[in-house]
Amino acid sequence: MASLSLRQVIKRYRTGKTELQVIHGVNAEIADGEFVVIVGPSGCGKSTLLRMVAGLEEISGGEIAIGPRVVNQLEPAERDIAMVFQNYALYPHMSVFDNMAYGLKIAKVPTDEIRQRVEKAAGILELGHLLTRKPRELSGGQRQRVAMGRAIVRQPQIFLFDEPLSNLDAKLRAQTRLEIQKLHRELGITSLFVTHDQVEAMTLAQRMIVMNAGHMEQFGTPEEVYNRPATTFVASFIGSPPMNLLHHAPGNRPGQILGIRPEHLDVASDGWPVQVETVELLGAERLVHARLGDEALIVRLHEGEGAPAVGSTLTVRPRQDRLHAFDATTGQRL
Amino acid sequence: MIERRPGLTLLAHFILILGVAVIVFPVFVTFIGSTQTAEQIASSNPLSLMPGSNFLESYRLALFGGKTSGGSTIAPVAPMLWVSFVSAMVIAVGKISISLLSAFAIVYFRFPARNLVFWMIFVTLMLPVEVRIGPTYEVVSDLGMLNTYAGLTVPLIASATATFLFRQFFLTVPDELVEAARIDGAGPMRFFWDVLLPLSRTSIAALFVIQFIYGWNQYLWPLLVTTSEDMYPVVLGIKRAIFGEVYVEWNVVMATAILAMLPPAIVVILMQKWFVKGLVDTEK
Repeated sequence: MASLSLRQVIKRYRTGKTELQVIHGVNAEIADGEFVVIVGPSGCGKSTLLRMVAGLEEISGGEIAIGPRVVNQLEPAERDIAMVFQNYALYPHMSVFDNMAYGLKIAKVPTDEIRQRVEKAAGILELGHLLTRKPRELSGGQRQRVAMGRAIVRQPQIFLFDEPLSNLDAKLRAQTRLEIQKLHRELGITSLFVTHDQVEAMTLAQRMIVMNAGHMEQFGTPEEVYNRPATTFVASFIGSPPMNLLHHAPGNRPGQILGIRPEHLDVASDGWPVQVETVELLGAERLVHARLGDEALIVRLHEGEGAPAVGSTLTVRPRQDRLHAFDATTGQRL
Repeated sequence: MIERRPGLTLLAHFILILGVAVIVFPVFVTFIGSTQTAEQIASSNPLSLMPGSNFLESYRLALFGGKTSGGSTIAPVAPMLWVSFVSAMVIAVGKISISLLSAFAIVYFRFPARNLVFWMIFVTLMLPVEVRIGPTYEVVSDLGMLNTYAGLTVPLIASATATFLFRQFFLTVPDELVEAARIDGAGPMRFFWDVLLPLSRTSIAALFVIQFIYGWNQYLWPLLVTTSEDMYPVVLGIKRAIFGEVYVEWNVVMATAILAMLPPAIVVILMQKWFVKGLVDTEK
């Protein structure tokens, strides 16, 4: 096990004379045994960053260190990492056992030890009865577990996950999420997990990196990211529905954006008068899409509070301790 | 079709049987001819369609040669079968190995002018053997490869078709598989042997069948580069049996033709399952 350091990591692609920079100097210190999730919209560079740690993409600038060792120039196999791919990337012609054992065979681990390690991993993942099957004879969830098994048997310093749950159906995804958490508790291996799904990020992460357009917007615990978003991007990306960002809210200074989450607006006798436009019932709660002056605003109400009529005026009061202020030009938290 | 109309079924069967008959009849006549004596064939017009009693004698003569009752000398076909077999095997195996390696290089390695190399290989597809046969003969003869197995096979080994086929197949292998192998510590050749080759085995089988038959049926090229009898492939042997003698022993010619047809047929029958799989399988 080891820590992972990203220092001023940069990625540029060169096609002919044009140069495209997709990662702009990411800095992060990930502690030994920590589970860190990288989350961001598609195209933000999160997978590229992970692949740079894996050694599948060259590092154009900066430094990546696993433990005390700078790995910039090392082959993926020499970095002591294991990766779980989105589509699992199992060798189709090999049995489950051979898939898990392949890396060890190449590393010339003795046959007895290979057998022992594969069987132990298969035990943890409940794959024991499937060892002789071929990947095509397995269900999606089972393939996913084989891919994780292949990572476990290598006993790496770091696990890398590239959106490993996005090919599973919703129920299996929730279940696998719990399994990954359990696995991390048992093995305690430093993990880097890439996803575009904020629910996955919030539930799995000990700390999370929020990325946008190649920049690291925030690096903190899920609580910090939710309660004290560093930028307007983080504020609108994390949380569903997203935070209301208002330029012209009552009491707001010019050049400042006021943020308030839909769940932190209460119906009250005095406060902001808003025009109700649509009401959505989501079971336990209701989302009221409304308008405050010229700006859209979402209010989250408990189902018991009753539905306001469309077109009526509702008075809501923001909780003062839950108001966020951002700089209107830079988007940074004030 | 799930229509149940007896008339239609009958018609369909009739057409199919007619098709089979058209294909099989010449082969059948060849076989019948090979079981009769030369005199029987010469005197009967049209040829009798009943098998004769000369089966063993015709095939013995064809395979091992000797003097016939008519007085002509028959060259043995057995060594020619061996020459054909060796050339066809070398051509098939050689073509497949070279194409696999060149496709591997083109798809998985980034080197300068990679696309140019691919297109150069591809362009050779436009030139059939007959077009470049003059210069090729010149090269082979200058290298002293006339009347050798090398001369018979090497010029036919380079294959743009097979390279192209394997390139297209390799392009469908997901990139993640390459990356997973890299993380597992497999170098390029290890990846080639352990992953790519097993995945291509159905295409290899299909190509082997096609190339074996291609090599076996070569006529023009062996005609040019072989002058000594012990390097004749069997296809040349048939032609020689017809035009080389004063009195054509048709039963022996027919037997030779049947013998020449057998090995490709056996290859197809043995590898049929793999062959079809290789042509239609999309599972990776």
